[in-house]
Amino acid sequence: MSPVIEERHETRDSDLGDEELRARLSKTWGTTGGLIGVLSTVDHKVIGIRYAVTAFIFLLAGGVLAIIMRLQLARPDSHLVGAELYNQLFTMHGTTMMFLFGVPVGEAFAIYLVPLMVGTRNIAFPRLNAFSYYVYLFGGLMLWGGFALSIRPDVGWFSYVPLANLDFTPGKGPDYWAQMITFTEVAALAVSVEIIVTVLKQRAPGMTLDRIPLFVWTMLVHSFIIIFAMPAVMLASSMLIMDRLVSTQFFNADAGGDPLLWQHLFWFFGHPEVYIIFLPGTAFVSAIVATFSRRPVFGYLPMVLSLIAIGFLSFGLWVHHMFVTGLPEVGAAFFTASSMAIAIPNGVQIFCWIATLWDGKPVLKAPLIFVLGFFFIFVAGGLSGVMLASVPIDTQTHDTYFVVAHFHYVLIGGTVFPLVAAVYYWFPKVTGRLMDEQIGKWQFALAFIGFNTAFFPMHLLGLYGMPRRVYTYPAEMGWGGLNLLASAGALFFFASFLLMLYNMVISARSGPPSGDNPWDADTLEWATSSPPQPQNFDRIPFVTSGSPLWSQGDDTPVVSGLKVDERELVVTSITEARPDIREESPAPSIWPFLAAFATAVAFIGSIYTPWAITWGSPVVAILLVAWFWPKTTEENA
Amino acid sequence: MARSVIDVSGLPTYAFGSRVTPWWGTFSFCLLEGTGFALGIGGYLYLAVTNTHWAKDAVPLNLVWSAAFTLVLVASAIPNFLIKRAALQENLRSVRLLLLAMSSVGLVLIVLRIMEFSALPVRWSDNAYGSFIWLLLGLHGVHVLTDVADTLVLTVLMFTRHGTGKRFSDAEDNAFYWYFVVLSWLPLYAVLYWLPRL
Repeated sequence: MSPVIEERHETRDSDLGDEELRARLSKTWGTTGGLIGVLSTVDHKVIGIRYAVTAFIFLLAGGVLAIIMRLQLARPDSHLVGAELYNQLFTMHGTTMMFLFGVPVGEAFAIYLVPLMVGTRNIAFPRLNAFSYYVYLFGGLMLWGGFALSIRPDVGWFSYVPLANLDFTPGKGPDYWAQMITFTEVAALAVSVEIIVTVLKQRAPGMTLDRIPLFVWTMLVHSFIIIFAMPAVMLASSMLIMDRLVSTQFFNADAGGDPLLWQHLFWFFGHPEVYIIFLPGTAFVSAIVATFSRRPVFGYLPMVLSLIAIGFLSFGLWVHHMFVTGLPEVGAAFFTASSMAIAIPNGVQIFCWIATLWDGKPVLKAPLIFVLGFFFIFVAGGLSGVMLASVPIDTQTHDTYFVVAHFHYVLIGGTVFPLVAAVYYWFPKVTGRLMDEQIGKWQFALAFIGFNTAFFPMHLLGLYGMPRRVYTYPAEMGWGGLNLLASAGALFFFASFLLMLYNMVISARSGPPSGDNPWDADTLEWATSSPPQPQNFDRIPFVTSGSPLWSQGDDTPVVSGLKVDERELVVTSITEARPDIREESPAPSIWPFLAAFATAVAFIGSIYTPWAITWGSPVVAILLVAWFWPKTTEENA
Repeated sequence: MARSVIDVSGLPTYAFGSRVTPWWGTFSFCLLEGTGFALGIGGYLYLAVTNTHWAKDAVPLNLVWSAAFTLVLVASAIPNFLIKRAALQENLRSVRLLLLAMSSVGLVLIVLRIMEFSALPVRWSDNAYGSFIWLLLGLHGVHVLTDVADTLVLTVLMFTRHGTGKRFSDAEDNAFYWYFVVLSWLPLYAVLYWLPRL
């Protein structure tokens, strides 16, 4: 039974003119000032920006660590940093880049853009969204706070046992690492649930499945991958910390455990993780290629099917990280085949983008230039990936710089170049101002040359036998020249990010005003003001095509009948996006922040005593009740 | 020019089942938690196959308390179904009574789970088998605990002025999650209690 409630005296959007409607909605959906207001906000745009800024700070921090390592490796027999610190540096670099930058930065763009692109007023479960941000922030602060206090994990970003067992690493470093995993995975899982529900249930009326922008499809698949992959690493890191703190025996071979169980669980997460980091990059590319080619992406259906195929196949590859652990031959053959198979849907995507550019009229602005850089670097990384899928090559180059070169080509090429493109592309939407094109082109030159100078020589170093994770090497190995070259490239590459930062700061202050749709793009985020009002859209759009802003001209079909003084949004059916319910979206609340804070205290406390969980859980539970308890009778309606 | 093509003012403000967003939120959490359970069972089976100590360590567990727990848990699906039905009918009196019943059942289950733990022949620190028993039993126990806590809060809520409208949809959602708690136990029960006896 679905009661229709009579609400005669409520003001609806259809009752008001444009200006008054905008002012009233902005008041209803806005965030109040003051510290409590700032910590209570549930606006997906505000949270999305916080996620992005935090992730970029971690990118810079991880980058600084990389530079220190490159300075150390620039010449043989160097003692700039010792072996112990070097171990800490590469562990923190990998951990920061994967967990505190790579995953959250994709989430940041999804949180900001998906609700705008599907034409709704806020993300689903906005308080959970706020909670997730604070949990992520506290996790990052814990890891780096520990680093500042000399509690430093030094066992690699994958924390292999038995090295990470208490016997071999008695300090608290691996415990901080394992709890940081819990923090960031809780956050990522929460965001994935929000994105899935936003995409399935909050699309603007008329946005049928085949009108969903490719960006949004990508983020949907991305979220499902997170849901099936992240529990593995949460389970594994919890088992590790229990082995270390309460003497469980999961990974102790003498007591019925197995160190390889860690590797299986870690890589069951760890390989999909590569796609969790990479897919947002493809989302950016799809959006940018369409806009700057002036036509929709070629092959919408194969693109969507490729995404889904990548999602499934990404779970069938994890053992290729374990080829040298002594697997049965049939197993190794299977994982070789599946590792090569995933090149097919990736290839389909690349060819569809190229076909789009081929058929369109490409406009070479900064975002598209970075996308072209992505094609080159990512394809190169993909090719060395196909090589590494072969067991004999993998065995030969395992743990050498060849692998380091490969995954930096894939991860930086696949994610960071599209990410920079995305910054140039959506900066005007977020700030209302364009970034400087000329600086953008200089940045690209610096980044592209710097990146290839830094990482291409590593292929050769690996083939010459230079192992990973060594803090120095003797001069007689003959690796000095290529290492010096790589270090010089790394400095250029790092400088390109400083240039971007400079460009962002000056453009935010004095860049030319962009207007609503500076690139003449086709998706709905460009249908609203720059920056968007708290309510996103004054009138909810009614979608009639896959490229709404290109097809509709001056005539804008909209939805009417929503309340103006309450946070109402339209919930639609999954496939056809028929309007079904006017659902109330939760108002700002301080409780998610407090619950996240209490959760953080309990998690960090648990590193020192298991009782922290026992005493922390009831506190968190009380805060959650306060969070969910309805405050007004209207919330029940 | 904005031109209204559809008027949504007549739509309801809440509904039930997969029409509403909380249902999809709960469903997603079931997926990710179910993945956690599946991987936990996978880890258990992996060690059972690969580690030669396992056969010696894997002493069968006491069947009494776990049988009582399983029976009560499976039987709880009946009042759970009735809550769902009463919630759909927005029958406040029935929902209140049934929530009281489900809360009591939940508390009984927590006691039974504690008895189950106390009857375990291995400690978590004895060997990896013991670690897995405690982990999986604990993981499922946390699910029971959180949903019982949720049910208790909801029960109180339904006895206040808030026990109206959308809260019936919450009661239905809570019942949906309880099915997950019941269903996820069955494979765990088979693996933990019966597999070592084969």
